[in-house]
Amino acid sequence: MSDSMAEQKKSAWQDYKLIIENGLWKNNQALVALLGLCPLLAVSNNAINGLGLGLATLFVLVVSNTLVSAIRNLVSDEIRIPVFIAIIATMVTIVDLTMNAYFHSLHGILGIFIPLIVTNCAILGRAEAYASKNKVDRAIVDGFFMGIGFLIVLVVLGGMREIIGNGTLFDQAHLMFGESAKAWTIHFGKDYQGVLLAILPPGAFIGLGLMIAFKNYMDQKKTAKLQNQLGIKVAVNG
Amino acid sequence: MPTMRTSKLSFKQLIMAMFTSAGKLVIFVLISIILLLVVRFVTAPVIAEAERQTLLNTFDQVLPNNLYDNDPLENQMQITDTDYLELLGTTEPVIIYRAYNNNQPAGVIFQTIAPNGYSGNIYILMGVFPDGRVSGVRVIKHAETPGLGDKIELAKSNWILEFSGRGLRDENRTRWAVKKDNGDFDQFTGATITPRAVVGAVKNALTVINDMRDKLYE
Repeated sequence: MSDSMAEQKKSAWQDYKLIIENGLWKNNQALVALLGLCPLLAVSNNAINGLGLGLATLFVLVVSNTLVSAIRNLVSDEIRIPVFIAIIATMVTIVDLTMNAYFHSLHGILGIFIPLIVTNCAILGRAEAYASKNKVDRAIVDGFFMGIGFLIVLVVLGGMREIIGNGTLFDQAHLMFGESAKAWTIHFGKDYQGVLLAILPPGAFIGLGLMIAFKNYMDQKKTAKLQNQLGIKVAVNG
Repeated sequence: MPTMRTSKLSFKQLIMAMFTSAGKLVIFVLISIILLLVVRFVTAPVIAEAERQTLLNTFDQVLPNNLYDNDPLENQMQITDTDYLELLGTTEPVIIYRAYNNNQPAGVIFQTIAPNGYSGNIYILMGVFPDGRVSGVRVIKHAETPGLGDKIELAKSNWILEFSGRGLRDENRTRWAVKKDNGDFDQFTGATITPRAVVGAVKNALTVINDMRDKLYE
């Protein structure tokens, strides 16, 4: 391997590392950018629903980022937004039809939130802000980790609301993974009646608020630690 | 800045740029349409089969499928009489699915609506044996309060099973009510309206079925 190739590879890895950090933490689409809140808050009443919508969103993000990046030099500025929207809408409709065909029950539950992925600003946001300006490989990594960041928030929030509100975790897993997954359900306390608030919409807002607060707390702690080490004031971008 | 750039173009170039952009947009949209048509073509039969299977699975809950050997989806009749439809809580024709075993009537399955729930319509699927007894009742869609009214779902409580095996006759008409209204059916703590609506809807539906008994399996 020649030096220049090694150099190139190294810089690609540095890019990837930055993208991963941004997607999962620094610029998390749900916790920092606060994008896609409508489906996030509506569907996160249990972990499996969150996982279902998270995977669908992840898939659309990766594919739309890939396609947008691949055609970024073909479309002129004037028509780029309608083209991006056509790509995203097509991908979402494909996901919608495929889920309806092969995960029929889960599709019944997630219902209108699958077509609504089209209006998830995170997807058009990544297409416009990143994929349309970067190489395909980086766009794929960006789409994947932005999607994973969104998915983790959905599953954690869904799991939190399910445990508090219903006293279970991974209930209804069989809708996604088949009959054998019925045994995955974890019950906390046999006669637990559940805190209704957690399942209802206010529970989603409170839960998301707590998650954002936790993230900010972690970032502040990191800043404080850095300040102590260096003995100066530093600003951590978070 | 697109405006700066276009201002430097001649009129002819501007028109050309417009057509190139429009042409590209058309091509992208065409590709999208073709892609969607292909996916639609592949998934349509799978979706239809999944919907059929879902419906049959729900049927199985209200009328066990080992009690009949025909395909009820293929053996339907419609109720269009407006008096009947009012009792069934709707203005749209109601489809009655008929089940047979060895060509003998085994039961009917149909949907009815409780219009007087606490929060909108409660959609109910129920099965009735040829002798007029209820074979099963399930709530298939509702928007009742989670934690209170949603005990009408089998997933939350066994309440809905109270209907099984009961028939509606003249002498027990008044027993078809919640206990608060001097009937046989439990209400839920903090929620009477919901079970009252469901009991009322099942009672009304049985009234219709009893009234139609002679015509039901024709």
